[in-house]
Amino acid sequence: MIEVRGLTKRYGAKTAVDGLTFGIEPGKVTGFLGPNGAGKTTTMRCILGLDYADEGTVTVDGQDYHDLAYPMREVGALLDAKSVHGGRSAYNHLLCLAQTNGLPRSRVGEVLELVGLSDVARKRSKGFSLGMSQRLGIAATMLGDPHVLMFDEPVNGLDPEGILWIRNLMKALAAEGRTVFVSSHLMSEMEYTADHLIVIGRGKLIADCSMSEFISRSSGASVRVRTPSSADLIKAVTARGATAVMSTADEGAIEVRGMTAEDVGDIAYEQGLRLHELAMVRASLEEAFMELTASSVEYHAAVPGAPAGTTIGSGV
Amino acid sequence: MATTTTPAVRLASLPPASGRAGLRGAIASEFTKIRSVRSTYWTLAALLIVSIGIGAAIAAGSASDLNSNTGNKAGFDATQVSLFAFFELGQLIIAVIGAMAITAEYSTGMVRTSLTALPRRGVVYAAKVIVLTGVTLVVSLVTSFIAFFLGQAILSGTGVSVSLFGSTTVPTIANETGGGPNSPPTVTFVGHTLISSGTVLGAIIGTALFVTVVAVIAFGLGAIIRHTAGAITTVIGVMFVIPIIVQILPRNWRWDLMRFMPDSAGRVISVTLPGVNGDGLLHLWSAWPQFLVTVVYAVVLLGIGGYLFRKRDA
Repeated sequence: MIEVRGLTKRYGAKTAVDGLTFGIEPGKVTGFLGPNGAGKTTTMRCILGLDYADEGTVTVDGQDYHDLAYPMREVGALLDAKSVHGGRSAYNHLLCLAQTNGLPRSRVGEVLELVGLSDVARKRSKGFSLGMSQRLGIAATMLGDPHVLMFDEPVNGLDPEGILWIRNLMKALAAEGRTVFVSSHLMSEMEYTADHLIVIGRGKLIADCSMSEFISRSSGASVRVRTPSSADLIKAVTARGATAVMSTADEGAIEVRGMTAEDVGDIAYEQGLRLHELAMVRASLEEAFMELTASSVEYHAAVPGAPAGTTIGSGV
Repeated sequence: MATTTTPAVRLASLPPASGRAGLRGAIASEFTKIRSVRSTYWTLAALLIVSIGIGAAIAAGSASDLNSNTGNKAGFDATQVSLFAFFELGQLIIAVIGAMAITAEYSTGMVRTSLTALPRRGVVYAAKVIVLTGVTLVVSLVTSFIAFFLGQAILSGTGVSVSLFGSTTVPTIANETGGGPNSPPTVTFVGHTLISSGTVLGAIIGTALFVTVVAVIAFGLGAIIRHTAGAITTVIGVMFVIPIIVQILPRNWRWDLMRFMPDSAGRVISVTLPGVNGDGLLHLWSAWPQFLVTVVYAVVLLGIGGYLFRKRDA
C-alpha cells in the first residue's frame, strides 16, 4: 500500500511534481503513466526517500520509507537498471544489498535463478546487456520477498522476449496479492499489463481510474455509422444533443459523439433511415492518452492541428 | 537466458526478522562492496609498491651516501627515511581509496540502490567510515612495518640503522677535520643519542595512523564533493598545495601557520630524533598534538560530509 498525499517537489525554480495525491492498492498492477518529464521518476524517488518532498507526505504501509524496519522486506524497487557498480559481479552486487537487511546469503542464488542470471553470477555487471541489467535489478527487488514492487520504465530498451518476460512477471506478482506499481511513457505497454492507471502530466494528476474506465471516459469514443441518408441522420442525432460529422478518415462514414450505438440505431429506426453500418469505436489507450496529455506534454513538438487537451476530472 | 513463460515467483520463505536493519548489516555490506571491486586491489597494490619500493630506493641511496660521506651519519634518522615514501607519496594513493569509497557510489549511481536498500543514511555513512578506516588502518600498518624493516635492512651496513627490538645509539653531532680535494676528512662523532625501540614503534604506528586519517579526510571531501576527480584534486590541494604556499610565506607567518596544516603531522610523527634535524620541525608541535590537528581536519570534513549526505537528495 503506497499513499501519496499532496506531494510537491521542486528542483530550483522548476516544479517537477505539483500537489500529487493518489493511493496504490495491492493485488493489481497499477500503471503510472505520463509523458517524459511528467514527474514519474521524481514521484518514485520521493516514495523511496531518495529525494525529500518539499510538501506533502508519502507513506508505504503507513510509514515513512526511512522508518521501515527492513525496507527490502517491504518494498522492492528498480528505478534505473544501470545504478550499479559495473566493476562488481552480479553475485556480489546482490550480496551487498542482502547484507544491509540481514537477508541470508542463500537468497542471492535463489533470485539469480529466478531471473535466469545464474550462469553469469560471477561476471562483472559492466559487460551486461540492458536486458541482463534489468534482470539483475529485478533480482535485487525480489531479495526481500517484498509485498510492494516498483519499477520505473522496466521495458525500456528490452527486446521482445525481455518485454514479455517482465509483463508476465508483473502480472504474476500482482496475482500473488502484491502491490505492483510500474511507470511507463508507452501506452501500449500499459494496455497489456496494467489493471489500474495513474496518469500524470507536468507533475499533476490527470486521471486515477481503472484501465477500461480510462479508455471509455475519453472523448475519443465514438459511433461510426454508414447510411445512404447521411444528411438526415446527422440532422436527427444532432437534434438529440449529439455531435455528428462526416468522417475525414473514413469516406462515407459519419462519426457520432456523445451518444451510444444503441441510441443512434433507435433514432435511425424512428426516422425510417436505412443503416449499412453501425459500430462503437473505442479509443485505444494510446489515443486516450494523447488526448489527455496533449496540454501537459512538457516538450512540445509543433504539430499543426494537434487536438487541444481535454481534461477529465481528476481523482475517483 | 530465462524462458519467457510466466516466471514462478516461488522463493523459499525468509526467516522472520526482528528489530531493524542497522549498522551490523551495513558494515557487512560495505565490506563486501570494498572487497568486490578491482580498483581496491589496484590502489592497495600501488600503495604497497610506491611506499615500499620507493622507500627501499631512498634507503639504498642514503646508504650509499652515508658510506661515502661519513659525516652525514650524524643526525641521520633511519626510521623517518624508511617511512618517507609511505607518508609523503602513500598518502596520495590512500586519498584515492578514501575518496572513491564514497564518490564511486555517485559516479556509478549505486548510491540510489544502496539508499533504497537501507534508507537510514546516517547508518550507511557510519558503516562506510568504519569499513574504510578499518581496511586502510590494517593496510597502512602492514605497509609501515614492511617499509621500516626493509629500509633498516638496506641501511644495516651504515651503522646508523635502528631496531624495533632494542635501543640503538646513534651519532647526532660530527666533527670533521682535515681532508682535501682528494682525501676524505676525518670524522669524529661528539654527540650521541639513544633511540629506544618504543620511539621507533611510535613512529611506525603513528605514520600508519596519519596515513589512515588522510584517507578519512579524502572520504569527507568525497562526501561533500560527490565527484572522484574533484575530491582527489581537493585532497591534493589541502595536503600538498596549501602547505607549499605556506612554505613561501614570510618566516614568522609560516612558522605559525605550519602547525595548522593537515600534512605537518606526517613529518613530525615519523621522526625519532626530534630537535636534531630541520629548523622547520622546531616550529611544529610534537608528534601527537600535531597529529591531533590532522584528526581535527578529518572530523570536521567527515561531519560536514555526513550532514550533506543526510540532507541532500541522493
